[in-house]
Amino acid sequence: MGDDKSVDRRGFLKVAGAGAALAPATALAQKIDPPVQTHEAPARAAMDHAMAMPAPAAAKHDSLDGWLFFNPDEVSFVKAALDTLIPADPTGPGAVEAGCATYMDRQLSGAYGRGARLYMQGPFAEGTPQQGYQLPLTPADLIRAGIADVEAYALATRKARLRDLDAATRAAVLTEVDQGKAQLAHVPAGIWFNQFLNLTMEGYFGDPIYGGNKDKAAWKMIGFPGVPAMYADMIDEFRNKPYTGATRGIQDIA
Amino acid sequence: MATQLKPVDVLLVGYGWTGGILAKELASTGLKILALERGGPRDTSPDFLEPSKDDEIRFAVRHELMQDVSRETLTFRNDSKQTALPMRQLGSFLPGNGVGGAGVHWNGVTWRFSPWDHEAHTRTVEKYGAKIIPEDMHLQDWGVSYDELEPYYDKFEKTCGVSGKAGNLKGQKIDGGNVFEGARTNEYPNPPLKQTQAGAMFDKAARNLGYHPFPAPASNASQPYVNPDGIAYGQCHYCGFCERFGCEANAKASPHFTVMPIAAKNPNFELRTNAAVQKVLLDSTGKKAIGVVYIDARGREFIQPADLVVLSAFALGNVALLLWSGIGKPYDPVTHTGVVGRSYAYQASSGATAFFDEKTYFNNFMGAGALGTNIDDFNGDSYDFAKYGFIGGGGIGASTSGGRPIQGRPTPPGTPRWGLDWKKATARHYLHTANISNQGSNMAHRANYLDLDPTYRDIYGRPLMRMTFNFLDNEAKLMKSLADVCATIGKEMGAERVDARTNPVPYSIVPYQSTHNTGGAVMGDDPRTSVVNKYCQVWDVPNVFVTGACVFPQNAGKNPTGTVGALAYWIADALKDKYLKSPGALVRA
Ligand SMILES: Cc1cc2nc3c(=O)[nH]c(=O)nc-3n(C[C@H](O)[C@H](O)[C@H](O)COP(=O)(O)OP(=O)(O)OC[C@H]3O[C@@H](n4cnc5c(N)ncnc54)[C@H](O)[C@@H]3O)c2cc1C
Repeated sequence: MGDDKSVDRRGFLKVAGAGAALAPATALAQKIDPPVQTHEAPARAAMDHAMAMPAPAAAKHDSLDGWLFFNPDEVSFVKAALDTLIPADPTGPGAVEAGCATYMDRQLSGAYGRGARLYMQGPFAEGTPQQGYQLPLTPADLIRAGIADVEAYALATRKARLRDLDAATRAAVLTEVDQGKAQLAHVPAGIWFNQFLNLTMEGYFGDPIYGGNKDKAAWKMIGFPGVPAMYADMIDEFRNKPYTGATRGIQDIA
Repeated sequence: MATQLKPVDVLLVGYGWTGGILAKELASTGLKILALERGGPRDTSPDFLEPSKDDEIRFAVRHELMQDVSRETLTFRNDSKQTALPMRQLGSFLPGNGVGGAGVHWNGVTWRFSPWDHEAHTRTVEKYGAKIIPEDMHLQDWGVSYDELEPYYDKFEKTCGVSGKAGNLKGQKIDGGNVFEGARTNEYPNPPLKQTQAGAMFDKAARNLGYHPFPAPASNASQPYVNPDGIAYGQCHYCGFCERFGCEANAKASPHFTVMPIAAKNPNFELRTNAAVQKVLLDSTGKKAIGVVYIDARGREFIQPADLVVLSAFALGNVALLLWSGIGKPYDPVTHTGVVGRSYAYQASSGATAFFDEKTYFNNFMGAGALGTNIDDFNGDSYDFAKYGFIGGGGIGASTSGGRPIQGRPTPPGTPRWGLDWKKATARHYLHTANISNQGSNMAHRANYLDLDPTYRDIYGRPLMRMTFNFLDNEAKLMKSLADVCATIGKEMGAERVDARTNPVPYSIVPYQSTHNTGGAVMGDDPRTSVVNKYCQVWDVPNVFVTGACVFPQNAGKNPTGTVGALAYWIADALKDKYLKSPGALVRA
């Protein structure tokens, strides 16, 4: 996470501090002036250009799923990123078909996304990695700003949005973000990535009642039978043997 | 303006395990008892019912039952050269909130500390000489011995219906129990839980290596049980949703269905929830508490007079209250004087993940919070720790406490964190991995302490408590050495691959490690190095008593609550048999 320190956070604080953090990512990106870091300029220009284009048909179609938080551009980005983090293959479902985008959308639009249970009093300082999360951003702010940043980074370095890149190039872009090698305009790359990945895993492995883990497919893939779990009479029977009981979620019982 | 309320005799600040025990035990005095709890009420039914109770996102990931750090938190730094910053979200530890405290969502591993633990200084010096103690270490005796506490350990075990097997009954060593434990008067109230595949393999491997395995003592009832107070326990379902969750079966001991319903029968007892105690009020001499100030759910402030105040607000909450109230002299690490906040310690844990072939099924999802097989061959003075270059040790074991997949999906080192290879490895190892862990002791050091932060405040406007803490040399070595032992056992179990690990050094507030925060208001026999005497009575303000793990002079290689519970019963007897008969200092300074 050492690379996160190299990110100039002041540029971001200026925007977030002005209360603009909840504004759409496009507006957020456009408001920065002058550039806080020279290398950002092409990225931002490219993104401004991209954002000015009419929304492609795919995004419109996506909106049929119903979104509480993400705008159509963000939905496209999130799905492209999810498809890269957990692609579908014969081992198990991909994050997109598992419903991770829906999970994330609901989480970010609700209390968690808006910063419930997060101490948000200043002053804010970067701190050490051991001191944990110190950004003046709610999870919703962080994810939104980071989506715009990564999109801008993809445009600047690969001349296309994430969703228009082939799988290998998407993976390369996200690896650079994961490892903090990508210089993002507003959010620390590694922190954003961890948050995005955590939400992905929560959606993938959480109870389907939250909108992810469709058909409990992720649980079936690993062999977790779900809830409610009453194993007092089975623990001996299945010691060192594959468990053969049903896989159930909260809604299967309630 | 604060509203002045009618006085009570005994005031309990915080209503978790220790508050509940005190409320029940003091009923026989006929005194008017009031408990103030900052969180809300809750009960098994309707709050912890299936299937909603088995919700990993709500309870384990979003911490629904724990302290809300947007309201109250602490600041943290590794050493006093750094600037402390707020713990903005929960991580390393999860203090409870609401009726029952963390007793509602603990795992239930219920140890007795060993005779050595209670007299660590004397016994270390006897064996190795004083020179072995590093200059920066506060190694202290507790002022209370294991033998004095034994009846109280026994009492707490019966309250909790602990499932286990004795290894030392009245001095007679019993194979299959913990032969290193202090002498017990009685067998555990319930037989051990069923053994899992991980436990069985650990047991065999440990024996092969010459160690002495035994079932971990568990406050998860292995059979239906009625405790001496007439409280009925259901049998554990082995559901694997224990730690961070309430129990639907009343099989995991919790104060909310054991001591608290009995306390509530007392017509002289009252509980007020959503009552956040701000501080203890002292009279003009500063040597006598006259009550507390608290704020209710609507933000109204009340002054509640009381003759006797017991701090039962968890280890961290108790130290914060002492600091906010100006009780006892705050510790100063530079001059090395003062006592409140001194000797904060934690748990120096490490372990090894053991990856097996696909024919070995651990089925960790069939588990219970405290279900495990352990050895104490490297704990306390059961071995020669000096040979390893540190003081202390740890309990080592293989536990099967659940398979909740958001939190636990082991993959071998080198596996990517995402992508197809990650998915393949996750699916391959989920059912075929065992975890061997060391729960290491943590000695107290000069540099580790609690005080008040100069900058940050809580929603009530009080300064946040500041934690200055690191794993120092002694603990770093301990974690490493005992991780190696864990790895050796993993190999002996037949693992294809073993991955040894330690808690992060430097200590990090981010990943969950344990809610075993200790020290800061330690007990002892010298007011210059302790806040409370052997009865947990504040030296400087004798009508204030302190419960919880904050009184531990250093932390043992074991979970704290067996000792926390025993001490609560011990305090209750000291109050009933000594203090209330003749209020005043129970020990001459
Ligand atoms: C996830 C988890 C797992 C655990 N597993 C184990 C285990 O397996 N074995 C073990 O030995 N220990 C375990 N523990 C620790 C155990 O829960 C505690 O040691 C025990 O609950 C401490 O009892 P207490 O009375 O000191 O505090 P608590 O039981 O936490 O009660 C303190 C109460 O005080 C209230 N309070 C705090 N401040 C104030 C205030 N200012 N005003 C009013 N009320 C206040 C809190 O809301 C809380 O309800 C675990 C803890 C957690 C969180």
